Amino acid sequence: MTDFVELWIYLSATPLFGLTVSLSVYVAVHSLYTRLNQTPIANPVLWSVVVLAGLLQMTRTPYQTYFSGAQFIHFLLGPAVVALAWPLWERRAELRYRAKALVLAATAGGSAAAGSAVLFGYLLGLPDEVLRSLAPKSVTAPVAMGIAERIGGIPALAAVFAVVTGMLGALSARYLFDRLGIQSPAVRGFALGTASHGIGAARAMQVHPDAGAYAGLALGIQVILASLTLPLVAKLF
Amino acid sequence: MTMLKGFAWILIFQCVGEVVAQAVSGLWPGPVIGMLTLAFALAYRPLREPVSSAASALLPHLSLLFVPIGVGVLLHTELIARSGWTLLGVLVVSTWIGMLVTALVLRAMWDPPTGEAQRD
Repeated sequence: MTDFVELWIYLSATPLFGLTVSLSVYVAVHSLYTRLNQTPIANPVLWSVVVLAGLLQMTRTPYQTYFSGAQFIHFLLGPAVVALAWPLWERRAELRYRAKALVLAATAGGSAAAGSAVLFGYLLGLPDEVLRSLAPKSVTAPVAMGIAERIGGIPALAAVFAVVTGMLGALSARYLFDRLGIQSPAVRGFALGTASHGIGAARAMQVHPDAGAYAGLALGIQVILASLTLPLVAKLF
Repeated sequence: MTMLKGFAWILIFQCVGEVVAQAVSGLWPGPVIGMLTLAFALAYRPLREPVSSAASALLPHLSLLFVPIGVGVLLHTELIARSGWTLLGVLVVSTWIGMLVTALVLRAMWDPPTGEAQRD
């Protein structure tokens, strides 16, 4: 038994541990997601995160130890965003044709998401720095942190809001769009990417290639719009 | 080899993005600048097959890449718990409003009633 404990202590301190559990848990959760016909509620990001966080708490493994392995997965986020150039290139003619509609929809949707979050938060009496951390919640987490810092919010809180927003969008988009009778995969994907950035785009990618491509584009537009406008708008308040 | 070539190109464009990000604003993330630059650079034909092959290896697994940061966030739920359900409600409602407005505006503009609409 002590041998096992020693081995466990040794293994859990190496990067191998974080990488192995991340990948194994994701593969298991994803096969369940596929078996359930990709029903939104079985979202693989959500359940992997829940299982892994539970595992870390049970084994009292600090996040730093876990991340020393998981960082190799995390690192691939950057290249994956760059790779979104491919689906955009494939649809270049269509995108050029729809450029005006897309930019307008992204601006309207992005402002509506940020504006309604801050407004409701204000009406419900949330503190000022929480409101400032809410504003960039529709932008992918690393950028949301940067914007929050610039406009007087709390970066860690902004990251939490962004990730939770991503998951909420991925979980609820299908029901919302079905109820409203919005059928076009491109429109659905673009709206999901605008409100729920990368996690929404990941979900869109699994549902339909058009939805994935438009969600990736929406994510990029939102980063640019939010980082240009939020610091200016925040100065007014 | 094609896929590795594609990964190399993607990393090169990410590096370009990071350099531009540092030089210009520091707020736009390097990968987003890299994505936009690469989307235009794909006009250069030799890039297409490798980048396509690497993208189709990477993009179907985009969900996996959010897992590490997600775990970090879940371990910080006390930040949300402090303001309780109010905050979660605000996040839910504003996310729905954002999706709704985007989808409705885009759908309204989707098929302009001109002859050009028949192009696709």
